[in-house]
Order: sequence, then structure tokens, then C-alpha cells
Amino acid sequence: MVQFNDPRLDASFAALSDATRRGVLAQLSQSDSSISDLADRFHMTLTGMKKHVGVLEHAGLITTEKVGRVRTCRIGGRGLEAEAAWIDWYRSVWDARFDELDKVVQQLKDREKSDGSGK
Amino acid sequence: MDQANSALEQGRTKVERTEREIIVTRTFDAPARLVFEAWTTPELFKRWWAPRSLGMHLRSVDLDVRTGGTYRLEFGEDPASSMAFFGNYVEVVPNAKIVWTNDEGAEEGSVTTVTFEEQGGKTLLTLSELYPSKEALEANAGAEGAMPEQFDQLEELLGELG
Repeated sequence: MVQFNDPRLDASFAALSDATRRGVLAQLSQSDSSISDLADRFHMTLTGMKKHVGVLEHAGLITTEKVGRVRTCRIGGRGLEAEAAWIDWYRSVWDARFDELDKVVQQLKDREKSDGSGK
Repeated sequence: MDQANSALEQGRTKVERTEREIIVTRTFDAPARLVFEAWTTPELFKRWWAPRSLGMHLRSVDLDVRTGGTYRLEFGEDPASSMAFFGNYVEVVPNAKIVWTNDEGAEEGSVTTVTFEEQGGKTLLTLSELYPSKEALEANAGAEGAMPEQFDQLEELLGELG
């Protein structure tokens, strides 16, 4: 089970918090791509895409390999972990939201109780 | 058993994923009409939809919760960094069901369905986000959870880790 205080997982959350990086992951799950291909596809500068690739690589979600002048990116060896981290990140958003909803609902419930008791 | 394998249950919120759908469930200790009220009343909605713990700031909430009505949510600290989420309500059944579209993306968005099922004074809430394709799900799911300011915080954190 993934641990919440695992820095690798924090890095995964950060990596997955950006729409472009989620798009890059989706793209790499279809086929390997060079950084310049990715930059073209996502209408971005090479420097901008290098940063995104760096974040994904740091999180262990992808690996890169330089052959000659071309750096090829592929989906990382932590496939299942990446999937779990992705769902976990999604769940953390809804869990935080529903904790707050719970508070609002409990207040509504208390309000009804006090109304009902004739106050 | 694929669904069971992909389900993650921590805290009290459960998430399951199929190819192009994400399903979130949670039980609330209150009747369905109260959970529905908290979901459909803008002043109440504003108090829970953007938890501070996630670094979200909800600037404005417009909800016209009826079949054919529209909604618009704006996030961000100021108009310059504002990000809008909008769509329309496809189906609204008071105290039982809300279905809405997510139209902010350039491509076909997801359709979200929330049902409120009351059992013995408690409410089982089920939220489903159905995407047009597996790729669309992976590219966009939970985009709202990734506001620019939150992203900045995470980027800083990542810098510290690196």
C-alpha cells in the first residue's frame, strides 16, 4: 500500500496535478516519443516540455534515454504504482471535499433537530 | 474482480475506475434531502466544494439546479488567474439525482451523475464521471483538483524534494 508520507508519492501527485503532464502520460502510454515530438503535440517550447518531462521522470512515472541527439521518453517501470498514485490523488481531492460536505450536512441536521425540539 | 482491485478505500471515500468512468462513493449520516440541499444551495456548496486543504479558492458560484439549468464555477484568487468550470444540468430529480455536463474543455467533456440513496436515515452518495474515451479520462480527470495556485505549491514542494 502506498504511504502518504512517501516523498515519491508526493512527487507523483505533483506530477499528475498538471493537465499537460497527464496528457503526456496518456500519450506515452500509447507509444514512446521524443521530447521534441511531445513539444509539437502539446504546442509547447522544447524548454517547457523538458521541464514537464523532468518532473515526470523525477516522480518515476516515465524514463528517458538519449540516443545520439534524440532523447526518447517512455512510460516508467512503475506502471501499477503510477496507476495507484493517480487514483489516490483523485480520491484525495474528493475525500477532502466530502469531509467538508459532511460538516455542512451535520450542521443542517443539527439545525433541524433544534427546530424540531420547539426552540 | 478488476473493479475490486482498482478500488482504493482510505478515509471514508471510495474510488473505483473502469475504462472510461470514475466512480466515487461516500456515506453521509443524514437524510438525502439534507445532502441534496448542501449540494444545490450556492452558499452551502461554496463551503465544501473548494477545501482549503487543497489550496483551492472558489471566487464565484452560480447554480441553477433544475433540468435544463446551467452552472458556472470560477476559481482563483483574482480575475487574472481565474479558471472557470461550467455546463448544464441534464437531469435533476430533487433529493435523488443530479446529472450535469462539464463543458469547459476544448473537446467533448465528461458527464457527471450524482445519486443520493437514503437507507435508514443515512445517505449513500455515488458520483460517476463518464468520459467519452479512456484517453479523455486520463488526460482530464480531476482537472479541477489541479488549480494553478495549488500546482505552484506542489512545484515548490517538488523543488525542495529534488
